[in-house]
Amino acid sequence: MQVQVRALALIAGLAATPGMAAEVTDFTLDNGLQVVVIEDHRAPVAVQMIWYRVGAADEPAGHSGIAHFFEHLMFKATDDMAAGAFSDTVELQGGEDNAFTSWDYTAYFQRVAADRLDLMMKLEADRMRDLLLTDEVVATERSVILEERNQRVDSDPGSLFTEQLRAAQYLNHPYGIPIIGWRHEIEALDRADAEAFYRTFYAPNNAVLIVAGDVTPDAVRAMAETHYGPLAPTVDLPTRSRPVEPPQLAERRLEMRDARVSEPFLMRSYLAPNRRSGDQREAAALVYLAELLGGSGTTSLMARALQFDDPKAVYSYAYFDGSALDSGLFHLGLLPLPNVTPSEAEAAMDKVVADFLATGPDPAAFERIKTQLRAAEIYALDDVDGLARRYGEALTTGLTVADVQEWPKVLQEVTPDDVMAAARKVLDRRNAVTGWLLPEETAQ
Amino acid sequence: MIWRLVALFTLMALPLRAEIDIREVTSPGGIKAWLVEDHSIPFTALEIRFQGGTSLDAPGKRGAVNLMTGLIEEGAAEMDAQGFATARDALAAEFRFSASVDALSVSARMLTENRDRAAELLRLALVAPRFDADALERVRGQVLAGLRSAEKDPGEIAARLFDAQAFGDHPYGSSGDGTVDSVTALTRDDILAAHKGALARDRVYVAAVGDITAAQLGSLLDHLLRDLPATGTPLPAMAQVGLTGGVTVQDFPTPQAVVRFGQTGIERDDPDYFAAFVLNEVLGGSRFGSRLMEELREKRGLTYGVGTYLADYDQADLLIGQFATDNRTAVEAVAILQAEWARAAQGVTEAELQAAKTYLTGAYPLRFDGNGTIANILVGMQMSGFSADYPKTRNAKVEAVTLEDVARVAARLIRPDALRVVVVGQPEGLQSTP
Repeated sequence: MQVQVRALALIAGLAATPGMAAEVTDFTLDNGLQVVVIEDHRAPVAVQMIWYRVGAADEPAGHSGIAHFFEHLMFKATDDMAAGAFSDTVELQGGEDNAFTSWDYTAYFQRVAADRLDLMMKLEADRMRDLLLTDEVVATERSVILEERNQRVDSDPGSLFTEQLRAAQYLNHPYGIPIIGWRHEIEALDRADAEAFYRTFYAPNNAVLIVAGDVTPDAVRAMAETHYGPLAPTVDLPTRSRPVEPPQLAERRLEMRDARVSEPFLMRSYLAPNRRSGDQREAAALVYLAELLGGSGTTSLMARALQFDDPKAVYSYAYFDGSALDSGLFHLGLLPLPNVTPSEAEAAMDKVVADFLATGPDPAAFERIKTQLRAAEIYALDDVDGLARRYGEALTTGLTVADVQEWPKVLQEVTPDDVMAAARKVLDRRNAVTGWLLPEETAQ
Repeated sequence: MIWRLVALFTLMALPLRAEIDIREVTSPGGIKAWLVEDHSIPFTALEIRFQGGTSLDAPGKRGAVNLMTGLIEEGAAEMDAQGFATARDALAAEFRFSASVDALSVSARMLTENRDRAAELLRLALVAPRFDADALERVRGQVLAGLRSAEKDPGEIAARLFDAQAFGDHPYGSSGDGTVDSVTALTRDDILAAHKGALARDRVYVAAVGDITAAQLGSLLDHLLRDLPATGTPLPAMAQVGLTGGVTVQDFPTPQAVVRFGQTGIERDDPDYFAAFVLNEVLGGSRFGSRLMEELREKRGLTYGVGTYLADYDQADLLIGQFATDNRTAVEAVAILQAEWARAAQGVTEAELQAAKTYLTGAYPLRFDGNGTIANILVGMQMSGFSADYPKTRNAKVEAVTLEDVARVAARLIRPDALRVVVVGQPEGLQSTP
């Protein structure tokens, strides 16, 4: 066991009182399992989350969807438990459980009364190494996943188009494949794919355990040693080096028409820096940039220009996603007013961006965003599951516990100059994909 | 070590009670509220709900309450929409206004350090909204875009078709968002009338959770609500549920059919309500182990998810559910649904009853997580007519349900011949029944 680090995640910029800090402890077991404990003793509830450092971007080429497929299969039989018994057991304890997959991680969680935590660990440890798959189980679950894809993607032209945009955004990096997988590749996934994937990636040295709620670090450590301690690590765990993007030299423009679309919709994404360990300042500046440009539906620059001063859009938005291992994305978009053409609306949006690059942020708006980010840290303390997710996401995307705790402070230290430097770098159309989702051309 | 489910029954949970300390507070001005004081985080979550919601729309003015609700924070008193949003953001206060079929909800989060100023802003939004002409057009445009999009969304189409069959001309029978025509025709006077009728003191329910004392809450509520009208628009009449048994297919080009289904439900104060609640949990509750989830997803892979619930509106009760399945498998899935409905009329097994009770009683205390969530739950309890000790007694009511109770309510409630199934898509081999 490595040395335990004890840290208080203090809220930057406020006179922190003892009641206002979420107490966070982290340590690593001998087999490589990293453990983070977040204490919140307001209610007798605990959340266990196990995050695997594997997601859609780690899949073998041609086998898209296997990471998400596997998330489903983890609820099937092990050497000790029948299929479905995992959820049945959690539910018998009155708990909730579920799981989610991204490009960089696959995570499983249970929320239970705090005195059931030991049983949850026993179950979660059991399925980390001892899942038993059959062809029949794999086939039925593949049908469920095809229905999931039907429901989430194929029935929704907005989702279908988002897939196309993302595939165009990444010229070389596997972030361009959909998490759920391309339909034809999901249809071909089989038990051999699943087992190979499982044996490699589902291991204590590729996982992070987060326990949050009414728990103590010592008790968590003892339980984790008992249940996860005996599990063998994967000795030849591959390093996560994905294909790297070449310089992007040409804007990509996409247009898709679908009978189920009622109004034109513009979506643009720019390749952007991510939060990097020890170096989160640029990402923090992009959080401000998104807020300034299109964070508020009323006071942001895009809302003011496009919805108030000279109305061109029903609504508009900007947001930044920098929580990823290899690269972030910066998004802009709008829904034009019915009497405004797509090109007119896009030109108006481009003018907002160009004007911002020429004039920079309004100091009062900058201060308001700073205040809101500070307040967000206070509101965040009310949501222990959300805090647990912060750590899980960070620790599976290349960040450390220290980076997570530093982040609110980094956000408070951003200057208008930082924002301008980041804006000039990111808002470059050569890095961008611009897409128009349109209704069918004419009715018959 | 072989470790089977049977053994796990011996580990069965002692149900937790929800350990929250609810105080009933009456302000000096006579406004009642439920309060949970918790000073560990310096903010307060405040939930205010006005009974009535979109069902208060006047005839021909469908969508007025919804549009008015969207305009509440688009300018108040001396501030236009920009001024109001700027003031709110500078305080880092969060206000959310929404309208549902039975209530208009105000959800606020206010920092302790500037709570009085935040509350004053919220007061102005509630009592002195401007409803400026440009704001009206802007928000109307947003609502209309949503309505046009809903016309092409199979889930929305299914919900609207189902509601129309269930409730006909009653407000529950149409979307509270209105139609493109009705919303286009709304005037500023309609919005003013909707405001006057929907936000009134005779129908307000309040809960606060967080860093605030009873005395502070009392004076805050008097300040916030005292200038609202004493009485509002009368609530709508009880709705007659007009559902009949059979299948309705609505053609829509999509690879996956959306299936919405339901029948008459049971009143919240029926002596058998908890038995019905347990029955629903076994049939289509939120767990993987429900019968419908087992039959449609786990055994056959026909859907990603299915659920049913007791929908207790103020003026009607339904038992409804929904799933989506490939057009090619819709016939099979609907047949399974109908067979399970018939089976549910026979009641449940002892093992199913125990599993459902254990889950429901164990899950209940886990709901109370976070100030905003708790405030939300407490207002819902008040509107259902519960007393403040309900969280401490609720699990005992679930525990008390017997096999006979479930069998009795199943025989009375579940009506396989009156189950209406609405299917939107291009389900192969499935037609509307006459």
